[in-house]
Amino acid sequence: MAMLEPTARQHLVVVGGGMVARRLVDALRARDDAGRWAVTVLCEEPRAPYDRVALTSYFTGRHPEDLALGGQDLWDDPLVTLRRGVAARSVERQARTVTTADGRTLAYDSLVLATGSYAAVPPVPGKDLRGAFVYRTIDDVADLRAYVEGLRSELDRPVRGAVVGGGLLGLEAAGALRALEVDTTVVEFAPRLMPLQVDDGGGEALRRLIENLGVRVRTGTATARIGGDRGRVARMEFTEGEPMDVDVVIFAVGVRPRDELARAAGLEVGERGGVVVDEGCRTADPAVWAIGEVACIQGRCLGLVAPGYTMAEIVADRLLGGEGTFPGADLSTKLKLLGVDVASFGDAFAKEAGGLEVVISDPVAGVYKKLVMSDDARTLRGGILVGDATAYAALRPMVGRPLGADPAAYLLPEGSAPAPAGDLPDDAAVCSCNNVSAGAIRCAVVDAGCTDLAGVKACTRAGTSCGSCLPLVKKLLTTELEKSGVEVSGALCEHFDLSRAQLFDVVRVQGLTTFSDIIGRHGRGRGCDICKPVVGSILASLGTGHILDGERATLQDTNDHVMANLQKDGSYSVVPRIPGGEVTPEGLIAIGEVAREFGLYTKITGGQRIDLFGARIEQLPKIWKRLVDHGFESGHAYGKSLRTVKSCVGSTWCRYGVQDSVGLAIALELRYRGLRSPHKLKLGVSGCARECAEARGKDVGVIATDQGWNLYVGGNGGFTPRHAQLLAEDLDTEALVRTVDRFLMYYVFTADRLQRTAAWVEDYEGGLDAIRGVVLDDSLGIGADLDAAMAAHVDSYEDEWAAALEDPEKLRRFGSFVNAPELPDDSLAYVAERGQARPATDSERRQSGVLIAGTTLEVRR
Amino acid sequence: MTVNLPDAEAPASTLLEVCPLKALSTERGAAALVRGVQVALFRTFDDQVYAVQQQDPYSGANVMSRGIVGSRGEAPTVASPMYKQVFDLRTGACLDPVGKDPRPLLTYEVAIQDGIVLVGAARAVDANHVPGAP
Ligand code: SRM
Ligand SMILES: Cc1cc2nc3c(=O)[nH]c(=O)nc-3n(C[C@H](O)[C@H](O)[C@H](O)COP(=O)(O)OP(=O)(O)OC[C@H]3O[C@@H](n4cnc5c(N)ncnc54)[C@H](O)[C@@H]3O)c2cc1C
Ligand code: SF4
Ligand code: FES
Repeated sequence: MAMLEPTARQHLVVVGGGMVARRLVDALRARDDAGRWAVTVLCEEPRAPYDRVALTSYFTGRHPEDLALGGQDLWDDPLVTLRRGVAARSVERQARTVTTADGRTLAYDSLVLATGSYAAVPPVPGKDLRGAFVYRTIDDVADLRAYVEGLRSELDRPVRGAVVGGGLLGLEAAGALRALEVDTTVVEFAPRLMPLQVDDGGGEALRRLIENLGVRVRTGTATARIGGDRGRVARMEFTEGEPMDVDVVIFAVGVRPRDELARAAGLEVGERGGVVVDEGCRTADPAVWAIGEVACIQGRCLGLVAPGYTMAEIVADRLLGGEGTFPGADLSTKLKLLGVDVASFGDAFAKEAGGLEVVISDPVAGVYKKLVMSDDARTLRGGILVGDATAYAALRPMVGRPLGADPAAYLLPEGSAPAPAGDLPDDAAVCSCNNVSAGAIRCAVVDAGCTDLAGVKACTRAGTSCGSCLPLVKKLLTTELEKSGVEVSGALCEHFDLSRAQLFDVVRVQGLTTFSDIIGRHGRGRGCDICKPVVGSILASLGTGHILDGERATLQDTNDHVMANLQKDGSYSVVPRIPGGEVTPEGLIAIGEVAREFGLYTKITGGQRIDLFGARIEQLPKIWKRLVDHGFESGHAYGKSLRTVKSCVGSTWCRYGVQDSVGLAIALELRYRGLRSPHKLKLGVSGCARECAEARGKDVGVIATDQGWNLYVGGNGGFTPRHAQLLAEDLDTEALVRTVDRFLMYYVFTADRLQRTAAWVEDYEGGLDAIRGVVLDDSLGIGADLDAAMAAHVDSYEDEWAAALEDPEKLRRFGSFVNAPELPDDSLAYVAERGQARPATDSERRQSGVLIAGTTLEVRR
Repeated sequence: MTVNLPDAEAPASTLLEVCPLKALSTERGAAALVRGVQVALFRTFDDQVYAVQQQDPYSGANVMSRGIVGSRGEAPTVASPMYKQVFDLRTGACLDPVGKDPRPLLTYEVAIQDGIVLVGAARAVDANHVPGAP
C-alpha cells in the first residue's frame, strides 16, 4: 500500500450522534495527528451528543446543556463537521454515499453506523394514546415533563403514572416520575424487578428499597390494554389483577437496535437485529463499520455504554491502521436507580456449572449481596450487590481470580463497619427504643453538664428500655468528656474506683477470694448491683469455687443465683446444655417429658438448644434432678459466660464438609462451659467455607479448611452486629485450641464490664494486630499465665446444677417463701396459646375465667 | 411440708412471727407470706432486717426479694432483678428509677425477738418523698 500523502485525506461519515459516536470522533481526533481523516457526523437529534446515561437528571433541575458530553472544542475542530437534526436516509454501498433526510448526498471512504437503539413499545391496544411515552431522548423526557406539568395544573389530585417494565430503564423512568411528584407504579412482567441483572433475592431487596421510596411495584403481570378517555391515557388493564387508573404511562420494556439503514443496504443483521460485525467492528463490507448499541458483535447487541466505548476505540484504532479487537463484553454494571445502588458483574446468575453462592441478605437495612464462587469456594465468578455496592470496585477486577480464604469478607469492606461511636453523625439514632440521637447525647454532656451514665440516662432517657444501646451511649459520653478535658474515670461504680480490668488484676495478683475482703481493701460501702456481679464474675473466672459458695451467693444476679433465666412474670426458664447442638432421640424425649410433666412452654432457641419456660422457683431443683438423671447439665443461658458453640453438621454427613465441625464444637463447648467472662461468649464452628454455622457472627468463629481451621474473632449479632475478623489461618486443632484459650483468657483478664469481644478488640490499643501479637507471638510474655488460667478453669469445672442438688444449704434458696417454701406464687397466671401456656396479659388478668392458675395445670386446647 | 402462716385474720397492727432470723441469709432477700400478702425480707450486713413489698412496682412481678442487696451512700438498697431500679430499704424510696418515673416500695414494720423475725403493718407512704433525699 502506498504511503498516504497528507493531501490524500479520507472522509469518514458517522451516522448517529450518540454517546458512542462522540467517543469515536474524540478518540480519532486525539490520535490522528497527521489529519488523515475528516469526519462528518449525521445527527438526527437536534443537539450535539449528550449523556444519555444521565438523562434522568433532567428532572432534577438540570438543563439539557448540562448533559453535554465534553466541551464544544471537538465540534469546533476544522476536521469535524457536526450536522444536527439531519438523519441519514439511505446508504449506497456501491457508490459509497449516504443520502440524508434533507436530500443531500455525502461521499465516504469509511462509514460508521452508530445509530443506537430505539425504545421498544409493546403492541398493546392504546399504546398510541396521548400520555403514553417512551424514555430514550431529551425530547422524550421534555415532552413527558410538559405533559405531566400540564396535567398537574388541570387536576386537583396527584398525577398517577405507571411504568411498564421493571428493568434498569423502567426504574430510571420511575425515578423521573417520582421527581415530577407523580404517584408511581412499576409494572413488571417477570416475577422480580431487574430480571436481567439480579436474581430473586436481589429483586426482593430491590423491591423493598423501592417501595420504601413510595413507588408501588407489581411484578408477574403483563399490561393487556391501555384505556383512553378523549384520546388520553386513562386506565390500564392487566392480564393478572385489578385494573388501575392512570394519567401517564411510560414504556420501558427494552430497546431494539436501529439497524434499518443496514438492512436496506443489504448488510447482514443478527437474529434479534443489530448490524453483524467482526471482532474489529467491521461489517462484511470493508468500508462499513458498526459500533455501540446497533452493533451485533459476538452474536449479540450490548445495551451498555462501556462496551460501546470499547468499540469506538477499536474503530478509531483500525482507521489509523491498528489491529484492535473486541475483548468480549463485560456486562458488569453499577447503577444508582432512584438512589439505590445496584451492581451486577461476571457470572451473576451462576450459569456456569458447579457455581456456589455466598449470600448476605439484610432485609431491614435493604441490602442484598451475592457472590458466585467456583465449586471449591475459592475463585470469584460474579456477583450481585443491591442496596450497597461499595464492594463493586474491589470485586469486579477479581472475577476469575481466587478471593482468598474468606470470600464473604469482601462483602464487608473495612469501611462498612459501623463508624466508631465518636464519629457518629449527630442525627444518627443511638437509642432506638427512646429515639435518642447521638447529637442529643452529646448535648446532654456538653450543655446539660451530665458527667456520668446515670445522668445521661436521666436527661435523655437513652438506654432506659432494652439497654442494648448503653455501650454506645457510654462511648459517646466518654468521648465528649475527653474532648472537654474532663478526666474520664474508669471507676466501676460509687464503691470501686478501679475499672473491671484493674480489679481483675488486683484480685488475681493478691489472690483475694471474698467480696468483703476485696471491697474492704479496694472499695467502700457494701456494693451494688453493678460491682457485685463483676466481683462474682472475676472470682468465678479465677476458679475459686462454686458460684453460690458462702458470701459469693450474694453477689449473683438472680439468674446466676438460681441458675436459670428470670422471665417477665417472675418465673424462670431452663435451657439444658446441648453441646454443639447434637442430641440423641432419648435426650429429646427426656426433655420433652420434663416439659410435659411440669407444664413448661417449650421453644427451640436461636442457639441450638431447647428452652423450657414458666418454671417456678421452687420447681427448679426438681426439674434439674430429672434432667441431671438423664445426663443433661446446666446450660448457661444466663450469666456472663459461655452460651453455646453453634455447629453445622460438617464432614460427618455433609458432602462439602472438610472437617468434623460437630466434634470440634462439642470439644470447645465442654472446654469453655462455665467460663465467667465480662460479657457472654458465643462460639461457632463451620465445616467448610459455606459457613452454615454462622461462625463469623460469633465472638469466636472457626471455619474448616483443607489444611485445618481458620480462626475468626470479635463477631456478634445483637444490637450492633459485627462480623468476626480473621485472626489466624490453617491452624491444626491443637494450635487452634491454644489460640482460642489465650484469646478468651486475655479478654477475660482485660475487657471492661459488659464489653463484648468486638468492642474490646476495637478499643484495644493497636487493635486486632496487637491482640494477635499477644495470643500468637506472646508479645507480652504472658502466654504461660493465660494457658495456666485456662487450664485451671478446665480442671476445676463442675456442673453447677448437680453440685447445687447435692447441697441442702444451697437448695434452701429455692423455697418460694421462707415461711411456706412449697407454696406457689399465686399471682402467676397463664393462658393457653397454640397448645401451650403463656403468661396472661394484664387485661386477661382483669377478666376472670380465662386464666390457668399455675403452669402445672393442663393446658386447654 | 409444714406451713406455719401468720394468721390472716390477725389485726394489721400486730407484729406476726414469720421465721427465725437464721433462716435469712445476709445480703440476700427472702420472700414471705404475711397475712396472705407477699413481702420481701432483707437481712443486711450489719444484721438489720427490712421488709418491703415483694411486688416490683415496675414489672408487676413478685420478685423484689431476688434483687441484689447493697448500699448507695448510707442507704441500704435493693435493686429490682427485673429492670434494675434501686430502692432504699429503709424508706422504700426509689433512688434510681432508670429513666422511669420514681415509684416507691411499701415498707413494713419489722422487729426481732428471741431470734424470731416479726413483721407488722405496712407503713404509710410519704407521697411527698423526694427520691434520693435521705
Ligand atoms: C432464648 C433466646 C431466644 C430464643 O428463643 O431463641 C434468647 C433469649 C434471651 N436473650 Fe438473646 N437469646 C437467644 C439467642 C440470641 C442470639 C442468637 C444466637 O446466639 O445465635 C443473639 C444474637 C447473637 C449474639 O449474642 O451475638 C442474642 C442476643 C442477645 C442480646 C444482645 C447482645 C449484644 O451483644 O448486643 C441480649 C442482651 C444482653 O446480653 O445484654 C440478649 C439477652 C437475652 C436474654 C438473656 C434477656 C434476658 O435477660 O431475659 C433472654 C433470656 C433467655 C431465657 O430466658 O432463656 N440476647 N440472643 C436465645 C437463646 C439461645 C441459647 O440457646 O443460648
Ligand atoms: C435513561 C437511560 C439510562 C441509561 N443508563 C445507563 C447506565 O447507567 N449505564 C449504561 O451503561 N448504559 C445506560 N444506558 C444505555 C446507554 O445510554 C446506551 O448504551 C448508549 O447511549 C448507547 O450509545 P449509542 O451511541 O450506541 O446509541 P445512542 O446513544 O442511542 O445514540 C444513537 C443516536 O443516533 C441517532 N440516530 C439513529 N438513527 C439515525 C439516523 N438514521 N441518522 C442520524 N442519526 C440517527 C439517534 O437519534 C441517537 O441520537 C441508559 C439509557 C437510557 C435511555
Ligand atoms: S458449613 Fe458445614 S453443613 Fe454447611 S456445607 Fe459446610 S460442612 Fe456442610
Ligand atoms: S434502650 Fe436504647 S435501644 Fe433500647
